[in-house]
Amino acid sequence: MKKLRRKVYMAAGYNTISLGTGRKEFNPKKERPGIEHYISEAGQGVLKQIGGAENVDESVIGNFMAGRFNYQGHLDGFIPMIDKGLSMKPAVRVEGACASGGLSLVTGIRQVLAETSDVVLSLGFEVQNTVKAIYGADILAMAGWFKKRKKGHAYFFPGQFSDRAGAYYEKYGFDRTRKGMARWYANAIENARLDPTAQEYHNTNPDPYATALKMKPNGAAFVDHLTVLDCSKVSDGASGIAICSEEGLKRIGVDKKDAVEVIGFGHAVRDITSDPTDLTELETIKHAAHQALENAGITMDQVGTVETHDCFSIAGILAVEALGLAAKGEGADYVDAGHTSRTGEIPFNTTGGLIGWGHPTGGTGVHQAVTIWQQLTGNAGDAQITIDEKRPYGLTINMGGDDVTVTSIVFKRGA
Amino acid sequence: MTYDERLQNVSVLGAAGKMGSGILLLTAIEMVDRSLQPENKGKTFVLNAIDVSDEALAGLLGYLKVQVRKIAEKKTVWLRKMYAEREDLIENYDIIDEYIFDVLRMVRPVTSMEEAFRSSLVFEAVNENRALKVKLLSRIKENSQKDVWFFTNTSSVPIHLIDEEAGLDGKVIGFHFYNPPAVQKLVELIKTDNTLPEVEAFARQYATNLKKVVVPSNDVAGFIGNGHFMRDGLHGMKAAAKLAEEKNLSLYEAIYMVNKVTQEYLVRPMGIYQLMDYVGIDVMQFILNVMNPFVDDEDLHSDLLDQMMEQGVKGGQFSSGAQKNGFLKYEKGRPVAVWDVQQKQYVPFETFSAKCDEMLGSMPESAVAWKSTLRMKNKDEVLGRFYTDLKTTDTLGAELALHYGKCSRKIGEKLVADKVANNPDDVNTVMLTGFYHAYGPINTYFD
Ligand SMILES: NC(=O)c1ccc[n+]([C@@H]2O[C@H](COP(=O)([O-])OP(=O)(O)OC[C@H]3O[C@@H](n4cnc5c(N)ncnc54)[C@H](O)[C@@H]3O)[C@@H](O)[C@H]2O)c1
Repeated sequence: MKKLRRKVYMAAGYNTISLGTGRKEFNPKKERPGIEHYISEAGQGVLKQIGGAENVDESVIGNFMAGRFNYQGHLDGFIPMIDKGLSMKPAVRVEGACASGGLSLVTGIRQVLAETSDVVLSLGFEVQNTVKAIYGADILAMAGWFKKRKKGHAYFFPGQFSDRAGAYYEKYGFDRTRKGMARWYANAIENARLDPTAQEYHNTNPDPYATALKMKPNGAAFVDHLTVLDCSKVSDGASGIAICSEEGLKRIGVDKKDAVEVIGFGHAVRDITSDPTDLTELETIKHAAHQALENAGITMDQVGTVETHDCFSIAGILAVEALGLAAKGEGADYVDAGHTSRTGEIPFNTTGGLIGWGHPTGGTGVHQAVTIWQQLTGNAGDAQITIDEKRPYGLTINMGGDDVTVTSIVFKRGA
Repeated sequence: MTYDERLQNVSVLGAAGKMGSGILLLTAIEMVDRSLQPENKGKTFVLNAIDVSDEALAGLLGYLKVQVRKIAEKKTVWLRKMYAEREDLIENYDIIDEYIFDVLRMVRPVTSMEEAFRSSLVFEAVNENRALKVKLLSRIKENSQKDVWFFTNTSSVPIHLIDEEAGLDGKVIGFHFYNPPAVQKLVELIKTDNTLPEVEAFARQYATNLKKVVVPSNDVAGFIGNGHFMRDGLHGMKAAAKLAEEKNLSLYEAIYMVNKVTQEYLVRPMGIYQLMDYVGIDVMQFILNVMNPFVDDEDLHSDLLDQMMEQGVKGGQFSSGAQKNGFLKYEKGRPVAVWDVQQKQYVPFETFSAKCDEMLGSMPESAVAWKSTLRMKNKDEVLGRFYTDLKTTDTLGAELALHYGKCSRKIGEKLVADKVANNPDDVNTVMLTGFYHAYGPINTYFD
């Protein structure tokens, strides 16, 4: 990938809460806010920090399946609803399954690089508690190849990643892998409790590690190799962030030190109709993340924190390996040793990730960027980690489908 | 005839009733699940939903549609396997819809009894009326084209009488569900001396497939559940009358106190008066009337119940499931007032409860709420501590509770002595599973 021809920044991030089971205000029997609410709240949350809609040149909105969850297409049409000042300006909706948020970001980055815009409003959202999980599974399965749906599991994606977990257990051992997965869950809960917008913010379990370790996968009730604690949440939520050029930053009146600079990014897609060559490897993640690192001209030992796409705990462990932090088969041990916890060598998913913060599918990629922005600019509140001077970079990995579409971005605090 | 063959043509009588509709649902699910097995591919399964009420039958398919969906949503993993060869059914949506369709197309809501003549199994859940039950079953038996077996859901009529009077040749068994059948885990199975072993074996298989807890009960009017509850209720009414007299209280005040003691001190899901309202004062009176002729050593009758009926206060439920007013008046499902048979009106709790509560006194600190016992691992120990403390508590509440607990045990023990139940465990299982008591009546807490 070519070097970035122009400096690109992100600032003014905003997250709605991630609503779903776990949140006290969630009641599946009561009516809940719709997509209009989430899009408006996230959009306005950004606009307030950047001097209003007048400063926005164009907008991108990432979403996966509003067409089925909410019977709504034509989503760019909702951008001017956020604020009249966005009316008659360009807006585009992007979709790449659960990487829709990441696509919203890289599309905005490209718009700034293309010099057609200096300020892009990037949003991502999903409102998925409109259907029961068993039907939500059908909708999310559309991130796979439909021709494989018939043979797939009732819970299609948990089924796919259950197969990956099963292959991993077989190759590297069940007990040590389950320990790593339990630690992954415990880290997610510990981090989520520090972020008031997180879905697991209200979680009070005194020992999430023990709970996760005790629970055994049961294929008769769910999938063969994963428990529900290995899975991300069903969430309603939205996130937004402003993507700017240097001029753009000036226009919105945000100081560079309150912004993060995009140092490099990667974006790769694998053939959806073919099976992964190795179930115990996330090759597209590996490819896109290394592309991002190379594009940024840095190595992993300079990265201080990572937001990775842990739709399932096994995906978190495989990402650790894909990044080269642990050798193949040793990712689970690396996680269980605490290296990815908030006080570890390289803290992962510091506001809970998809398992702890939540996974409003089309919003997740943007949420990851917001978390990195908060952490690198010292805006993460109770969830704040210390960023080591020697490791000033933040990295995001957002995945769509079973390692099909991946975006990865390297950030550093603006200076 | 195999288990599956017998299930190929089934009729439910009284299918639109409270119990009948639930029995229909469970039977329909079992039949469809059997029909989906590879060995049954291509075979026809028919379930006649027979009732006299066209209005009620009209709503029945809607009820089934909603309930079957809920059931299908919980077993979609299995359903995907069962429909694996159907290339046209891809998503969970498709598969669940097809399953609902498969259930509904098997069910024939009809008002003509003649449909049952082709059935090999008949489930009877019409009104608790011995003559009606006998009339219907004998007619089916006479005209049946099959070797028909009968399951009756009667709450109180001895099964051997139905067998003899309808001429069923031992091809009948009492299969007593609890209300609502789709939720309650307990089934009392009542065979007579005459019941054929193959009928019993089939009934057990069917109950197992429905994941029910089966307790065998002997063929004595009321069986175990009603045998205990009816007597416990009668005792509750006697206890209130005695309390009113001894303490010079109005009967409604005493009713309030006994209800409170039976709920809070005995750690039950509801007090005895609330339970009588739940079952229905009319139903209770009716069942007592059926049971009474079959017992010689006690009089299963209550003047207070007769009086309530005369005054038109009956309890029971609305079709929505909401509680109707009975001994107690309910607001949002909670009792707020109590019926005064003298004045023929409800007296709000707040006008007198403070005085009664004070008379009862306070409970020991070791008291437990019924709800907290549901998932308690050391329930025995916690309850043991509470009742031990209660025995050294010198209050009216403690005295009433201990006396009531002992009496409840005596009722349970008598069911074993009278050979209604085979052993104390069976009595306890019925009260734990069918009535959600925190502990069985036959215990040592009150010694
Ligand atoms: N309700 C309970 O808690 C409960 C619990 C266990 C057992 N039972 C027993 O189940 C049986 C049914 O009770 P229920 O509460 O469902 O009563 P219900 O009144 O709700 O239902 C009885 C149904 O039978 C129908 N019916 C009447 N005459 C008929 C006929 N000739 N042919 C066909 N259908 C006819 C009625 O239309 C009605 O739909 C009774 O024997 C009762 O003792 C009831």
